[in-house]
Amino acid sequence: MTVTTPTAPVRTVAPVTGPGKRRVTRGRLGLHAFLMVVSLAFLAPLLLAVYASLRPYEETAKYGYFSLPRHLSFDYYAQAFNDSGMGKYFVNSLIIAVPGVLLTLFLASFVAFCVTRLRIRGGLVLLMVFTAGNLLPQQVIVTPLYVLFTKINLPYWMSDSMTMYDSYWAVLAVQVAFQVGFCVFVLANFMRTIPDEIVEAARVDGAGVWTQYWNITLPLCRPALAALATLQFTWMYNDFLWALVFISDGDKLPITSALNNLRGQFFTDYNLLAAGSVIVALPTVLVFLLLQRHFIAGLTLGASKG
Amino acid sequence: MPLTTARRAKRRGPRRFTSRDLAVIGVLLGIPILLDLALIWGPTLASVGLSFTSWDGIGDIHWVGIDNYKTLFTDYPPFWPAVRNNLLWVAFLGLVATPFGLLLAVLLDKGVRFSRFYQSTLYMPVVLSLAIVGFIAQLIFSRDQGALNAILANENDPVDWLGDPDLNIWMVLLAAAWRHTGYVMILYLAGLKSVDPSLKEAAAIDGASETQTFFRVVLPTLRPVNIIVGVITVIEALRAFDIVYAINHGRNGLELLSVLVTDNIIGEASRIGFGSAIAVVLLTVSLGFIVTYLVQELRGGKKG
Repeated sequence: MTVTTPTAPVRTVAPVTGPGKRRVTRGRLGLHAFLMVVSLAFLAPLLLAVYASLRPYEETAKYGYFSLPRHLSFDYYAQAFNDSGMGKYFVNSLIIAVPGVLLTLFLASFVAFCVTRLRIRGGLVLLMVFTAGNLLPQQVIVTPLYVLFTKINLPYWMSDSMTMYDSYWAVLAVQVAFQVGFCVFVLANFMRTIPDEIVEAARVDGAGVWTQYWNITLPLCRPALAALATLQFTWMYNDFLWALVFISDGDKLPITSALNNLRGQFFTDYNLLAAGSVIVALPTVLVFLLLQRHFIAGLTLGASKG
Repeated sequence: MPLTTARRAKRRGPRRFTSRDLAVIGVLLGIPILLDLALIWGPTLASVGLSFTSWDGIGDIHWVGIDNYKTLFTDYPPFWPAVRNNLLWVAFLGLVATPFGLLLAVLLDKGVRFSRFYQSTLYMPVVLSLAIVGFIAQLIFSRDQGALNAILANENDPVDWLGDPDLNIWMVLLAAAWRHTGYVMILYLAGLKSVDPSLKEAAAIDGASETQTFFRVVLPTLRPVNIIVGVITVIEALRAFDIVYAINHGRNGLELLSVLVTDNIIGEASRIGFGSAIAVVLLTVSLGFIVTYLVQELRGGKKG
């Protein structure tokens, strides 16, 4: 809505090719039809999950998921929320994801700043070490980390298990260590597109490293930071491998693991699971929809550089 | 020698830091480096070391040389299907999902109406956890109640989309692509928005067609995005785990290297040495791609 499209305005250059007005509209129609079909195809599985979650199991078992509804209710949502204690698990997820995102972006942007703006010696090697580290499959490092965390002792006020294992610290540390690599990579690429002169001018004016980083460079990186924050939040919120391996106390598990509580031992009510999935997915969908505005606004702002 | 001194002075210029600057750099650069070395690269090396042992996680560590690898390549049936599936995953995401995401980004960048709606819709699957994607796949592809069989109306001879070992990998790839396309699209869309419109105008004045303009002018300026997208495509494919794990724990046609590692390490057998050997294979394949990309990146950096 507020998006200004950079292609639309024709300023000084006269239109070179003049395709007939009718052809344009017909092309536009085809474009819309194509996009509409693709969008619906992308949306269909989600709608199906929502649809299934609103109907009793007996009904879908008898008529299939693709039948007309006979009873619709939110009963499954109440049941999913209460049965699995989702409120508690949701808080657990936030305890890990919110500090995780902030810490990751802070550390990563500073590393990227050092490599691209300060041009510190060995910066390229550093960039490679971080980037390559993030690209490693998680399974490569799981076992040694598990052993390591059981060996690190923490005071009681930090972890009631007295070790790093079975505490939020373990998951938080691994998440940050892992994701910093990705963010360094993206932010370094982004910072290279910012003209050097801005930081150089600040340097000439006697600004210290911190000012160059915090007051000059970071505000210019806002679009990249917003995009990364959305991505990182969803990744940390969605991840369950780390929590699964490093946390043994069921009360500390994040919300993605709580979904498993809805699976019965002998029988799984898929409609209940659908309702649970919708609840679990909701925060990430909302965060994306809310932040998307900043995201797109930031991108168009970043495009019109001085 | 005025030339050399001038150059040296210029080079030394940005490196003149006050002690406060050095402290800031030391702490804020030191923490992430320490974290990365202690929690990523240290354990990676440890995994390589463990792959030459027969450790079960509790007893003493016995050195067994390359025995684990010999067993893996010659006497471990799920290994080669897993390798094949991982490669298939790379190929499918790289040749189908990624180009499709690029196409959608280009179409949306034309400034169509309802662009926001399309973007949100296409990106929506990306914010879902892969476990949920795996679950939704079951709603659609399940044999008895699944939506797909209902559409095909084949009650008499229902297709078991996820149970048939020749078929299920393609259905899972479709689900993975569903998620991957939107991700690629949003990255390219961001890149396309930052392309200077005067470039396109100049190309148009020179008589280039829209397709030519895109492939010869616009796409090369998107180099950083291309690299990110390429890297993400490969990592996603090598890391794939949650979807198949949610569907059937990665068996019966859905074997993946990541699943085999987890099975050996977390499973009852607790064959940490052997599991580490599989992890090292995964590591080697990933490093192959990673090094290729970093070399690309280096070259691009020098040129630019």
